[in-house]
Amino acid sequence: MPASFILRVAAPLLLWVPLLVSFYLLVRGHNAPGGGFVGGLVAASGLVFFAIARGETAAIAVMRLSPASWCGVGLLLGAGSGVLALFDPASGYLTHRWWFPDLPVKLPLNTAFIFDIGVYLVVIGTITAMFFALVAED
Amino acid sequence: MRQFLIVAPILIPLAATAVTALLWSRPAAQRFVGLGAAVALFVATMALLAEVISGGMLVGQMGSWPAPFGISLVVDHLAAAMLAITGLMGLTVAVYAMGPGAKERDRAGFQPLFHALLMGVTGAFTTGDLFNLYVWFEVMLIASFGLLVLDRTREQIDGGIRYVMLNLVGTTFFLLAIGLVYGLTGTLNMADLARVAPDIENQGALAAVGVLLLVAFGAKAAVFPLFNWLPASYHTASMPVAAIFAALLTKVGVYAIIRVFTLIFAHDQALFGPMLGIIAMATMVVGVLGAASHYDVRRILSFHIISQIGYMLVGVALMTPLAIAGSVLYVIHHIVVKANLFLVAGAMQQVGGTFALKRLGGLYAARPLLGLAFLIPALSLAGIPPLSGFWGKLVVIRSSLEVEAYVLAFVALAVGLLTLYSMVKIWNEAFWKAKPETAPEPPAAWTMTQRIATFTPIIVLCGVTLTIGLWTEPFAAFSITAAESLLDREAYIAAVLGTNPVQLTEAVP
Amino acid sequence: METLLALSIGVLVAAAAYLLLARDLPRVLLGFVLLGNAANLTIFAAGRIGTMTPPLVEYGATALAAGAANPLPQALVLTAIVIGFGLAAFALVLVMRAYAEFGSAQAEDMDAAEGPDEPVSPAPDQDPVPAQREAA
Repeated sequence: MPASFILRVAAPLLLWVPLLVSFYLLVRGHNAPGGGFVGGLVAASGLVFFAIARGETAAIAVMRLSPASWCGVGLLLGAGSGVLALFDPASGYLTHRWWFPDLPVKLPLNTAFIFDIGVYLVVIGTITAMFFALVAED
Repeated sequence: MRQFLIVAPILIPLAATAVTALLWSRPAAQRFVGLGAAVALFVATMALLAEVISGGMLVGQMGSWPAPFGISLVVDHLAAAMLAITGLMGLTVAVYAMGPGAKERDRAGFQPLFHALLMGVTGAFTTGDLFNLYVWFEVMLIASFGLLVLDRTREQIDGGIRYVMLNLVGTTFFLLAIGLVYGLTGTLNMADLARVAPDIENQGALAAVGVLLLVAFGAKAAVFPLFNWLPASYHTASMPVAAIFAALLTKVGVYAIIRVFTLIFAHDQALFGPMLGIIAMATMVVGVLGAASHYDVRRILSFHIISQIGYMLVGVALMTPLAIAGSVLYVIHHIVVKANLFLVAGAMQQVGGTFALKRLGGLYAARPLLGLAFLIPALSLAGIPPLSGFWGKLVVIRSSLEVEAYVLAFVALAVGLLTLYSMVKIWNEAFWKAKPETAPEPPAAWTMTQRIATFTPIIVLCGVTLTIGLWTEPFAAFSITAAESLLDREAYIAAVLGTNPVQLTEAVP
Repeated sequence: METLLALSIGVLVAAAAYLLLARDLPRVLLGFVLLGNAANLTIFAAGRIGTMTPPLVEYGATALAAGAANPLPQALVLTAIVIGFGLAAFALVLVMRAYAEFGSAQAEDMDAAEGPDEPVSPAPDQDPVPAQREAA
């Protein structure tokens, strides 16, 4: 079923607006409601919209890597964020570190944020993979 | 170093899953990474086992949150042994999976799923937190779903549906039970639960939750009457997948039963002991009878998984040090032997062209070594001395005689005899009788590399079986140490919570 | 509040049990989703309901304000929702695949896995279905 003309033209908007919102949610999630999971869901919904409008191939072209690879990167980031703690014999795995440099803009400089980015990527990868699997049935 | 060792069995498969998923479009590179990770996991789990044997229980608090607030990882003797055997299985099956069919499997995503499965299993063995155990169960479950339907054949999708639906309900019961445990006790850390459980006022509700947990773990371990999903699905999986399933998945359920019922519900042994004893006997009998009725190698072996689960539950049912030691020894022996039988079955199919006993034949004449490789695990499974299964059964039966559970001992003996019948049936039909006229043509010839990949794991596992059988002393001593540390709840609680546990400020109702 | 939650959990479990007993696989799947929600509500209720203050640490503070809700059940439920969502999505893909394969979503029309041992199913490489898929 080809998507309507309006949907096809609006597709970039449907992709980039959710992506921007998802970044906002991801960064905000450090100290307020939001975070990697919700952000990932919003971003994935943008990609799914785009796939409905322009087709799977176009969506995969936007993603560059296969959904499984996105999950892989996310898992590595998530697992890697805790590894730093292993060099300190007193702390357990996944003990996170925070830095508070004196900058005009407050930046979430901590390893927990890396973990959150990992979650974000895994969610995007998983949701798009599921969606492509469901679409491939037809 | 100890902090690293305790997370390594989870981190290595996690990294392997991530990297192989990243290399999604390059199956050859995936296989290379997967094999490397399997070797690394084997080395790490062996180092962990050595560390636990020399230095005692290892405890890690994730994120440095003190127990019971954070997630604790606890590796005692039993967990270390299970991890080591998982490492061995991961390595042997990873090698075996490079045999015939490797290309198709890797293209379908075998490597990331396989390592995710190993991660779920090692996580479940390592964790000391009930909710975390649930999470690892689900990791394992999702990976196993994917592995089971890897080839997407008709049988696999049908078997997959049965497996998925029943396991989904089982884990949801687990989640329900977790909610109720938390409501009753205010904690989900297993050591903390063990500390507070005997003093809970509403013991009736706690026992009900215990039964709910037993249902959840029992569905995972395929005990009577929750075993139906196993013989409906395992035989449809491709052979390396079936072997790793047979080796590890049900044993995670058994491990969870042993852990939770020796630690948290030990004070209610009067209720759970007889219940587990009856379940154990019914599981043994049903499994072995199911196996006797079948003429397909894979289905016979699937039913024998169920029957053997019964032996492993005897320890928790009787709760004596010797009985639990018997369970531990039995689990270790069974994982090696059962995985090996599935690996041999795969080789039989490669040589004979089918799994159906009626159409197999003459395999001994064609491949005497394969016959020997079948006989060692098969006779061990049936409990013929001096192979490993004999010692496992001996300890289990002796411990039931000690507490005068004569029915249990009799059932265990009779089931052993019927196991021998099934194994002899496979031997007679597939190896001994002449090749029937309806025998199918074996699949295309296999390369030398494929042969090496297929037979090296089989020979190694035969060697392990023989080692456990002929040099039982260290394994038996280890099992008794493991059983004693399982029964020493105070030491476990002290190791996890510290000698002066944090008291919740608010009294839990 | 607890009574209301208990009642809704009861209704959810009853509906889930009814759906899980259906022959139709999508219904079974819906039953699983309902049962999962019942389990999540159970965890939520187990954490004691009493306050509406969200468990968020204010900026500059180092601990939760007194009287905030219990954050642990919320974390557990969030995790369980995520996992349940993944499982349900996978099961849905599997059911759709089964429907394509068997032309039916009724459980009793699926008879490939537990047929008699003889006649045996064809070896995987002779199976027409993967070949069709390759061709498609």
